[in-house]
Amino acid sequence: MGSLVIILSLILLGIVLVQIGKVNELSSAIRGEEETEYRGNTSHALYGLLFVAGFMVFVFASFFYYKNSMLGYGPLQAASAHGGDIDWIFDVTMYITLIVFVITHLALFWFAYKYRGRKGHKAQFIPHDNRLEIIWMVIPSIVMAFLVVGGLIVWNKVMADIPVGAVPNKDFIEIEANGQQFGWNLRYPGNDGLLGGNYFKEISASNPFGQLWDDKKNHDDFHPSKIVLPVGMKVRVRITSRDVLHNFYLPFQRVKMDAVPGMPTHFVFTPTITTVDFRKRLGEVDKKGNPLYPEWHTPADPSDPENKLKRYEAFNYELACAELCGNGHFSMQKIVEIVTPEEYQTWLGTQNSFYEANVKGKEKTLQLGDRETKNTKDLTITIRETNISEIN
Amino acid sequence: MANIDIVTQEDLHHGHDDHDDHHGDKYQSGFFSRYVFSMDHKTIAKQFLITGIIWALIGAAMSLVFRLQLGFPEESMAWLKPILGKWIVVDAEGIGTLDQDFYYALVTMHGTILVFFVLTAGLSGTFSNLLIPLQIGARDMASPMLNMFSYWFFFLAGVVMFASLFLSTGPFAGGWTAYPPLSAVQTAMSGSGAGMTLWTVSLVLFVVSVLLGGMNYITTVINMRTKGMTMWRLPLTVWAFMVTAILGLLSFPVLASAFFLMIFDRSFGTSFYLSEIYINNAPLENVGGSPILYQHLFWFLGHPEVYIIIVPAFGIVSEVLSVHSRKPIFGYKAMVLSILAIAFLAFIVWAHHMFMSGINPFIANIFVVFTLIIAVPSAVKVFNWIATLYGGNIRFNSASLFSIGFVSMFISGGLTGIFLGNSAIDIQLHDTYFVVAHFHIVMGVAAFFGMFAGIYHWFPRMYGRFMNETLGRLHFWGTLVGAYAIFWPMHYLGMAGVPRRYYSFASFDAFNQFAGMNQFITIAAFVVFGLQVVFVINFFYSIFKGKVQKEMNPWGANTLEWTAPVNAGHGNWSGAIPHVHRWSYDYAKDGIEFIPQTVPLKEGEKDMGEH
Repeated sequence: MGSLVIILSLILLGIVLVQIGKVNELSSAIRGEEETEYRGNTSHALYGLLFVAGFMVFVFASFFYYKNSMLGYGPLQAASAHGGDIDWIFDVTMYITLIVFVITHLALFWFAYKYRGRKGHKAQFIPHDNRLEIIWMVIPSIVMAFLVVGGLIVWNKVMADIPVGAVPNKDFIEIEANGQQFGWNLRYPGNDGLLGGNYFKEISASNPFGQLWDDKKNHDDFHPSKIVLPVGMKVRVRITSRDVLHNFYLPFQRVKMDAVPGMPTHFVFTPTITTVDFRKRLGEVDKKGNPLYPEWHTPADPSDPENKLKRYEAFNYELACAELCGNGHFSMQKIVEIVTPEEYQTWLGTQNSFYEANVKGKEKTLQLGDRETKNTKDLTITIRETNISEIN
Repeated sequence: MANIDIVTQEDLHHGHDDHDDHHGDKYQSGFFSRYVFSMDHKTIAKQFLITGIIWALIGAAMSLVFRLQLGFPEESMAWLKPILGKWIVVDAEGIGTLDQDFYYALVTMHGTILVFFVLTAGLSGTFSNLLIPLQIGARDMASPMLNMFSYWFFFLAGVVMFASLFLSTGPFAGGWTAYPPLSAVQTAMSGSGAGMTLWTVSLVLFVVSVLLGGMNYITTVINMRTKGMTMWRLPLTVWAFMVTAILGLLSFPVLASAFFLMIFDRSFGTSFYLSEIYINNAPLENVGGSPILYQHLFWFLGHPEVYIIIVPAFGIVSEVLSVHSRKPIFGYKAMVLSILAIAFLAFIVWAHHMFMSGINPFIANIFVVFTLIIAVPSAVKVFNWIATLYGGNIRFNSASLFSIGFVSMFISGGLTGIFLGNSAIDIQLHDTYFVVAHFHIVMGVAAFFGMFAGIYHWFPRMYGRFMNETLGRLHFWGTLVGAYAIFWPMHYLGMAGVPRRYYSFASFDAFNQFAGMNQFITIAAFVVFGLQVVFVINFFYSIFKGKVQKEMNPWGANTLEWTAPVNAGHGNWSGAIPHVHRWSYDYAKDGIEFIPQTVPLKEGEKDMGEH
């Protein structure tokens, strides 16, 4: 019944529209077609001016309305060493394109208005003007050259890998983020600063990275439930995937890189603002005690009246997935905590080696247990078992 | 349709007495050969257009469903259950939620349908078919038969894709780019099984359609121009359609090859795209392949594809703006050369879609340079369109309004491309709503505006009647404002870092703060959809009841299509084919409002097309 009403009202609406169209055509027949056409030209040229004026107001007003929520603006300066460079080239591009946007739009609708068809007017024969065309080819070329050079300098700086000879855990920390449907597995290298080898066929519920236990580098690796990093220390994230494409995405640090099965990628960055400091910045108040960024002073969880936390107090850096990976793509969240070096050391002390806690002494039973569901028991397993017993 | 024309427009039927062989030939004798398996390029154009309109409605309706999910995630969707069936899960309290898999299926199908079926087939297929023979002075395409096959392969592709919507596992849901392993591993997602198989089959059929059409367009333009129609006298529409066809001919086979490797990986155990995968609690045997290979092959088509979509709109808008400004297009040769430059560059910029995919960062340098060079010919085009308005005597009607709207959209969307093409900025913006805003404005809305301009302008050429102007203008202003209302705010979402293709933002504090904006976008989308329904009503109503075209050349245009009788049968001109003596843009020359191409040059008169 409901859908019948909807269909009927849609049909009625269609009839009404057609009738409106007809009435206008009739009135133009009465007034004379030419007369109507010139009237129409003027009114629609005017609508164009109104549109462009309204559009410009909408563009600038909406930008200022959302300013404090956009990365690189308001309180959301980049929280990593390279992020400022990205924000800079973004800003430069923004101002240049904004100028072009405004000028071309004003010209487009102003000329359309100024040269609207009127009785007795004639168009001019202007087929081309080589000088003008060269000017508006050369100027964009120069601007583009500037943007290309600026952009590429930033790009190559950001994408540079760890310099050769840098010492792990002293000059930089290497961690691994491994994507799977639908979550992130995290691995830290432990005291040796080195991530141990792994192989995808070794992956199981009790060995999420498929670590090879005969590789001693694996023995101190640990698997935390969130990313914790010290401020000011260079981090090299080894980004891997066990199943489909994922993307390691830290919006506030301007970090983004695909996780590709079979091909580890990496991203090097240095966090510059701790979570605590970032919260302070979001919650900043002016001399009179009014919040500088009022949108961050709203309740963090409006649905829960008991929860008195404000948004800036509840703020956390988050890790997200930015490459479609299946029906749970939108849920791959992990908390990222940037802390002081001292806090980092304390946190490290609370983490236990995955091998020590879960594997040591149980290699044989674990592996056999895991493999019950599989038909084949390949040769490598037996070899590994002997190796491990040798190590122990 | 056409028989109505014959009755009411007998008086326009020039040369009635000298029927020549081409008019109403034996291939047009029966109902089927006339309206269904027709070889007349004008009928095939209408078939492409109407099929495209139907697909556009389906694709747009899909976007409304996923916009509801994004704008009103808390609202019950139980009322959609009669249409979507099991994809709406209704709980004990009667609250209906959209199935996650189906959300991604809708997003994927929306993209596939709009990019391939609507903006490739519906736009280039319609206007290349309609205008190439008529504007170059040919009786039909070089091969009318292949032309007919081109449509029917497209139709078949559509049937297969439509069938996939009804699979119990749902249609393919891994995004319109179909990146492996998500698309290649049949168990990675429910749509990656039979849904992906049908998706691949459909698109391979579609590639065949594009290739048959494209070969025809190119051959026709090169070989079948009438006497006097040199390349530099061609209207910009024909240039645009020919370049589009060349782009398609060179890039679509690469897509087909990517799909064949995909089929091997999916069904025959090869490892072109797969390596070291552990999925559903078991390792796969595939090693040594690379998912990046697929991305290279895909975007080698995918990037030219966006120009296949937008270049025909360039041509249409240039022609429509010039005719209705009553002025020559400004800088004709610069317009041709910029199309050629853009088409050439289209082939060497594909990896700008892959800056964050794990390719060597050094390679990105080269792609950044070429990508940003595209801004130069694009800027030339924009300035030339604006200069075409300068000094004109502009007629404001639906066609010219949509052309002006096109220029606005092309500027807005083109400028955001400068952000995304710069790899450093792309780190921040890749796969966020900024990208969604960019490509919807520059190749979605802009291409649609070009298509609308073309439909309103050439409707009399197709059906001998006009579309209703009042509804057309309402359609334009509503769509212009509405389209910006939908897509402009998405820039802010993207600048806030919100990723695209999220079913829900609830898991992330940073992304979950724009509920109001998402509602606004969804409401705007519904309004804009309503306006497109107005267009569709206007279109079909006007075919039968629109204002009858009384003059053969209602817009006072110079090009040849307006020299053929309104109800021209197969063969276009009932008498001899017209000859051409000048370029197609002699508007306002020497104080004369317009001089058709068939008018011989006066003594000592210079032809602009030759100088």
